[in-house]
Amino acid sequence: MTTATPTVGAGVQATAKPSRAARVRKRLNSRTATLVSIALALLWTVPTFGLFISSFRPEDQIKTTGWWTFFSDPQFTLENYQEVLFSTGSSGQLASYFINSLAITIPSVLFPIAFASLAAYALAWINFKGRDWVYIAIFAMQIVPLQMALVPLLKFFSTGVTIAGIQVLPAWDLVDEQKFAQVWFAHTCFALPFAVYLLHNFISQLPGELMESARVDGATHPKIFRTIVLPLITPALAAIGIFQFLWVWNDLLVALIFAGGGDETAPLTVRLAELAGTRGNEWQRLTAGAFVSIVVPLIVFLSLQRFFVRGLLAGSVKG
Amino acid sequence: MEFDFAAEQPKFLMLMYGLIAFVAVVGGLLLLLDVVPAWFSRRREERLVAAVASGAPLPRRRKPREGLIALFFLLPTLLFLVIGLVVPAIRTTLLSFMDKDSSHWVGLANYTWMFSEDSIVRVLINSLVWVLLVPLVASAFGLIYAVLVDKARFEAVAKSLIFLPMAISFVGAAIIWKFVYAYRGDGDQIGLLNQIVVSLGGEPKQWLLESPLNTLLLIVIMIWIQAGFAMVVLSAAIKAIPADIVEAARLDGVSPWQMFWQITMPSIRPALIVVVVTLSIATLKVFDIVRTATNGNYDTSVIANEMYNQAFRYGEPGQGSALAVFLFVLVIPIVIYQIRNLRQQREG
Amino acid sequence: MAFARSRQALAIAGVLGLALGVAACGTGNDKKSGNASKPECAAYEKYQGHDGKKVTIYSSIRDIEADRLDQSWKQFEDCTGIDIDHEGSGEFEAQLGVRVDGGNAPDLAFIPQPGLLKRFVDSGKIKEVGADTKGLAEQNFSPDWLKYSTVNGKLYGVPLGSNVKSYVWYSPKTFKEKGWSVPTTWDELIALSDKIAASGTKPWCAGIESGDATGWPATDWIEDVLLRTQGVEVYDQWTTHGIPFNDPKVADAVDKAGTILKNEKYMNGGFGGVKSIATTSFQEAGTPITTGKCAMHRQASFYANQWPQGTKVAEDGDVFAFYFPAVDPAKGKPVLGAGEFVSAFADRPEVQAVQTYLASGEYVNSRAKIGDWLSANKKLDINNVPNPVDKLSVQILQDPKTEFRFDGSDLMPAAVGAGTFWKGMVDWINGKDTTTVLNGIEGSWK
Repeated sequence: MTTATPTVGAGVQATAKPSRAARVRKRLNSRTATLVSIALALLWTVPTFGLFISSFRPEDQIKTTGWWTFFSDPQFTLENYQEVLFSTGSSGQLASYFINSLAITIPSVLFPIAFASLAAYALAWINFKGRDWVYIAIFAMQIVPLQMALVPLLKFFSTGVTIAGIQVLPAWDLVDEQKFAQVWFAHTCFALPFAVYLLHNFISQLPGELMESARVDGATHPKIFRTIVLPLITPALAAIGIFQFLWVWNDLLVALIFAGGGDETAPLTVRLAELAGTRGNEWQRLTAGAFVSIVVPLIVFLSLQRFFVRGLLAGSVKG
Repeated sequence: MEFDFAAEQPKFLMLMYGLIAFVAVVGGLLLLLDVVPAWFSRRREERLVAAVASGAPLPRRRKPREGLIALFFLLPTLLFLVIGLVVPAIRTTLLSFMDKDSSHWVGLANYTWMFSEDSIVRVLINSLVWVLLVPLVASAFGLIYAVLVDKARFEAVAKSLIFLPMAISFVGAAIIWKFVYAYRGDGDQIGLLNQIVVSLGGEPKQWLLESPLNTLLLIVIMIWIQAGFAMVVLSAAIKAIPADIVEAARLDGVSPWQMFWQITMPSIRPALIVVVVTLSIATLKVFDIVRTATNGNYDTSVIANEMYNQAFRYGEPGQGSALAVFLFVLVIPIVIYQIRNLRQQREG
Repeated sequence: MAFARSRQALAIAGVLGLALGVAACGTGNDKKSGNASKPECAAYEKYQGHDGKKVTIYSSIRDIEADRLDQSWKQFEDCTGIDIDHEGSGEFEAQLGVRVDGGNAPDLAFIPQPGLLKRFVDSGKIKEVGADTKGLAEQNFSPDWLKYSTVNGKLYGVPLGSNVKSYVWYSPKTFKEKGWSVPTTWDELIALSDKIAASGTKPWCAGIESGDATGWPATDWIEDVLLRTQGVEVYDQWTTHGIPFNDPKVADAVDKAGTILKNEKYMNGGFGGVKSIATTSFQEAGTPITTGKCAMHRQASFYANQWPQGTKVAEDGDVFAFYFPAVDPAKGKPVLGAGEFVSAFADRPEVQAVQTYLASGEYVNSRAKIGDWLSANKKLDINNVPNPVDKLSVQILQDPKTEFRFDGSDLMPAAVGAGTFWKGMVDWINGKDTTTVLNGIEGSWK
């Protein structure tokens, strides 16, 4: 077991042969490390695990006994999931909300990433006056709480822009599924500062010689961006993509305001919040609901994890 | 019961429109950026030729073009930011000097209210505790964990387990932890923490009522979520340390402890900065956790939560805005640090 | 150069606009068509003429109860061709403001807080109730009710559903077994509590945890007791800030409520000590009654929906409610309650038609038949109310001797009624003394 978890690079064994004592110490070290890390991982997972077990327990059991009693007195039910997944009525079916979540999330991830990578490139590699100030300003925008942006943004959509009595931009006047466009717009606004910050970190640390030689060869900025920068930053894009995906998928507030609550536009989170009932009396459904909503982000994370690690890796280390 | 797929079609259509719009905007922008400079350079050449022919002084070039190109690269971002964040930020700042109907100027009244009301001062202090503890503990934990599992056989699984909470919404996380902290006076405990206390022979406690302990317990939730982020980023940075440096140090007989402080830490410093800055800002804006777990009762409120309550629930947009402006102020140190960082980077 | 630059900016804006324009070109709406000629539609004659129009309603009503709403006006929609689009949200109180300020107000909103309603009236957002609707409302509701949606002599909302809060839930079965009788005066109530406490059972259970509205059940306690110790005049002065929040009369009532709520001998059956009230969710606060760990729970009529499945709610069943006894029966029969008001943010004719319909006897009876609902509407036929507690509530509301008063925390400015009052009660349960808490709340009322 310990031999299978080498703590040193493969090349080391060939160059230096550690003393017996050192080997033993290393083995002990790695064993403690393993134990500690397993303990921490368990500690981290226990709360989620408890909720997971709870989601299969009957309502009265959840409310009266701890989830660990499940192991001594297993009472298993799928009713919570049944209610969450298949409860119907005027509010429509979960599948509807699922599709809404997808329709909201995909463009809300694509737009900010594309715009942020363009902006980050310009801030990192195009020389223009005041670029540092623009960058710092965008960076500082991260602190604007989105709650304070809700009213002005909603006004922008529903009444348009009027300057000195002249209608500069018209109201959007969207109905039903067209409201997705508002949500995309809002999420794009809120995501940009963080995306620009991370991507700038990444792009600015690409080797400068690469750009220089391309410039000397007469390549324009758009060309450099497309042919040199974009391929190099795909891992970072994947990483930010995941963050943005998690954020949008789990968002409740933005969707509530800009999509509304019907099954034409509201995402899963809105529906799950509703499932708790008018007075929150059906909260046992939330246990199952939480897991239904976790599934997709988890799949996305696990399948993109490889990119993700590579992406942030390069972004955070000076090249 | 049947799922009516036809009814869902407009949504897919809308999604398609969205994707078409995406391709049109981004593609169009890139195309434009290719065409416009080409047109400019052609025109400059013509002028150059004309200038040479007429013997007039050569026109100046280069600088403005770069700026123009940059403008186009930045245009979508700036447009969205101005509409979505800059205008709201300005509006918020103005509102913070107005009364609750947003019709009369009241000067600094909302700010004096903020610092004279005991409960609000408490909120400000809580926020400070949050922003000091969360980035520190979450990064430290992430770093230790990343070092521990580095190159271990079960590394991918171990990391996924720590990262798992990030996939859960803040509201979901707060619900999970409310379960952990739950209290029952009579009969069986349903909260894990009290069960542990009881099985160790202690008295069950109402954890969320006990100030200031409750603030720390809420901070635990945030750390639980964010440690995964710190761990993934820092682990990636550790893996990026060039192998030859590590090897050389090892050959010099450097102890693991020294290795960590002399090799690992300096190498991952930029990554650490990203983590701490990101976590600090996320923590300043923390809202859902407090709202779901206690709604700011029992002296646990933080700025974002109080701001939302004041502005939207109590109908006091002036006071809510003043709190938001205070958030802007709190981020200034981070911004200054970032400016210094950027300077160093440009020089280096 | 500058000119050229702005031209390019325009071009970009054009591309963006085009893309967004494409995005905005969705599909049309299916329109419902009216069936005005059907015989069952005769009752909707006066609402005709708005075929194909859409009216949006925003409320805090969700899940099953929202489904019941949709069901209740289904026939109206079929007959008139008006499409009622209801949306319920748990964030209603906060989000209504955002939507209204953002220029995206719903046509109608069901507002449960007269204080909130007044705020929108003050900012000129709510439209005055039309003449037809007003006439109907004055016929169907007592002035007691209409005064809550009247600002400066003008009516801005029509009451819809109601509930009665002055109830104590108990188990008729247990009471019978143990030989306890339902108290009819405050002194009997205390005597019974002492008797139960002496028998080793905690007589009361309570819980005030309710997510971001934590604290409200305790404010109901205080209001109910104040109504009983001081009568409706003092209550009205208190809710309108005619007397300070920390007036000795109020402090007296709070202390009186404290003799039950903060009494370790009485509280908190099935959950622990007094402090457990703060963290017990109001939804589960009464459940120990079904297991015999607690005998009484003061909560509104809508608590009927909170009992575990299979609990029979009836005078001879597992649980039922009795009227929270008066301290001094000579001071009348005060009843604390609440409800929601239908207010309009638009005055299009179809919106007014829906508002009128919701004030009518046809509507309240249609809704009541579906269950778990009642209204103070005088046209409500008690035979259409299936649930025994709701029946009792309708009797109480329609009893001419009843002095109905609206939940005070809903009348006060939100910063107090939904803010410091709630939080203050949480602190009070958690050990702070009455004077400090009341002074704090008074200080926040500007």
